[in-house]
Amino acid sequence: MARTRAPERTLLPSDEPLSLLRKDGTPVDDSPLSMPDDDVLVELHRRMVIGRRFDTQATALTKQGRLAVYPSSRGQEACEVGSVLALRPTDWLFPTYRDSVALVTRGVDPAETLTLLQGGWHLGYDPYEHRVGPQCTPLATNTLHAVGFAHAARLKGEDVAALVLLGDGATSEGDTHEALNFAGVWKAPVVFLVQNNGYAISVPMSKQNAAPSLAHKGVGYGVPSVLVDGNDVAAVHAVVREALESGGPTLIEALTYRIEAHTNADDATRYRTSDEVAAWLDRDPVDRLEAYLTSRGLLDHARRAAVAAEAEEFAASVRAKLNVDVEPSPEDLFEHVYATTPRHLREQAALLREELA
Amino acid sequence: MTAVVAQESQLSLAGALNRALADALAADPTVLVFGEDVGALGGVFRVTDGLAARFGEQRVFDTPLAESGIVGTAIGMAMNGLRPVVEMQFDAFAYPAFEQITSHLAKLRNRTRGRVELPVVIRVPYGGGIGGVEHHCDSSEAYYTHTPGLRVVTPGTPDDAYRLLRDAIDSPDPVIFLEPKRRYWAKGPLSDERIGFDRAVVRRAGRDVTLIAYGPMVATALETAEAATEEGWDVEVVDLRSLAPFDDETVCASVVKTGRAVVVHEASGFGGYGAEVVARVTERCFHHLHAPVLRVTGFDIPYPPPKLEEHHLPSVDRILDAIGRLQWDDEVVGSCGA
Repeated sequence: MARTRAPERTLLPSDEPLSLLRKDGTPVDDSPLSMPDDDVLVELHRRMVIGRRFDTQATALTKQGRLAVYPSSRGQEACEVGSVLALRPTDWLFPTYRDSVALVTRGVDPAETLTLLQGGWHLGYDPYEHRVGPQCTPLATNTLHAVGFAHAARLKGEDVAALVLLGDGATSEGDTHEALNFAGVWKAPVVFLVQNNGYAISVPMSKQNAAPSLAHKGVGYGVPSVLVDGNDVAAVHAVVREALESGGPTLIEALTYRIEAHTNADDATRYRTSDEVAAWLDRDPVDRLEAYLTSRGLLDHARRAAVAAEAEEFAASVRAKLNVDVEPSPEDLFEHVYATTPRHLREQAALLREELA
Repeated sequence: MTAVVAQESQLSLAGALNRALADALAADPTVLVFGEDVGALGGVFRVTDGLAARFGEQRVFDTPLAESGIVGTAIGMAMNGLRPVVEMQFDAFAYPAFEQITSHLAKLRNRTRGRVELPVVIRVPYGGGIGGVEHHCDSSEAYYTHTPGLRVVTPGTPDDAYRLLRDAIDSPDPVIFLEPKRRYWAKGPLSDERIGFDRAVVRRAGRDVTLIAYGPMVATALETAEAATEEGWDVEVVDLRSLAPFDDETVCASVVKTGRAVVVHEASGFGGYGAEVVARVTERCFHHLHAPVLRVTGFDIPYPPPKLEEHHLPSVDRILDAIGRLQWDDEVVGSCGA
């Protein structure tokens, strides 16, 4: 009797990034990926428009002094939204500091999303409420947290996968190597989504990596690897969904671009040309999906206007929530250092109280 | 009431740790033990001997050889409700995990305002005196005690090894558990009385001077106290056990009583943990001191090769010499440039 055997997922990424939509929004004929359902595509569009408006609003808030700094993800909406909407409610997200749009897409209150950048506290949201790990500023360290979390779920018999977001620069850090290796050995249900936006602050890919692609780095760890067009939200959603459902680890490299500088404090003209930016603007992820949805009759003028209005409303609520002076209590300094505040911290808190009296 | 845990009247410090791990694994299904070579081999010092066989590979397992990976995944597992106890194998091998320990393990409770609790224990066999080659004998306590959010403890006896490790595993806060590897084979009785964190203990009562020691130096301090009786000095020995938080009360009560103190540790002195102890004692007990508080520490050098380590490590003679310099004449105290 012939034994059936599940086909092994290939370790090697494709030579060309997988995609479902060309840059003009026309569908790719022979894509190995399955096009998401229409209602999913419509939702992806809505969330990308809201996400972009949020991003613009947050950038504006830095100019008004409401945020200390903001790392924009404009141009990367397909990665942020496509991957997060692929998560099941029980799955976890482990984001970086650039992934604020991913957080609001996951349902985190925008004010809580921006607490870190506002300076009120290091984290605003409850990770357990949203199943979102703390935004991570040191690069690549969150990859190991995601692997540990997913492995623990496996040990506990829970059907939970983890999606960890990282940038191209983070792949140069040792923790990415260790995380991929652990995930490969443990077969942990973790999806590593590398948003390759071309630059680690100012350092281009050519000075960062000598492998044929960042996705190739999965091969050495026995981790199936995928190269995807990171400005094609349908494709990103499809590969992340498939990876989350695989039950094991996957490394995904999504080719994208950050249209803005690293943060509002950075001057991107010192390291890249306006021609390069213009070329990427031509591959805009929102325009691309809009063109496709319009051609399919899933998006018309009225729907577009409704989504835009919703995004404006969202931005207005962000402004309202952030347009207040945050005055954290100095006493907060001594809270939550340990489960029970030890005596030396109680003494220091008393000293501060005296100073403030 | 103190019941006897070990049927044997005497158990080695490594054996006591093994028993603590076994008892914790048996008591709580969320406890995990993992690290390099902790499975079939039972650890290079055999502290995890037999645990994988008894509790299975789901609970006690070998990891890839990667310290940052071990601590980083332990953080993720603790976020997901487990209580990892990980081994770093040797002190200096823990340095690749330093970022995970200081940036995340120590801070996540605070960063998340108490929403994320990380009950992780990191076992670090530390210190010298075993003829180890380079990178196997560091005393790394100052790095960890300087990091708010971590608890740092170190046992000096098998009994404390058992009880402190059980407390560490029960702790809701991350604990750096420093194991004095030169004392792994020292034997002693075990009880099941819990110590509770943050408490130093007077190991030997005395009247004239307080020796403040911890971990590998506790035995050396006790030996020194015995030798000092020949000089007519009645020496009290305080074993800190908990390096962070620091037990001011026990230490200061002793120094107030004796009026003199010497802090002893293997680690280099400059910027070392002993400096903190001296500062605290000076700040709190100044008017009770008959002499400056002295330190006897390792030299300010990278840890030396095995054939030279005896010159580096604090010895009974060196500590006795420090006691002698504490000026038993109460009238003259630490003159400067005289």
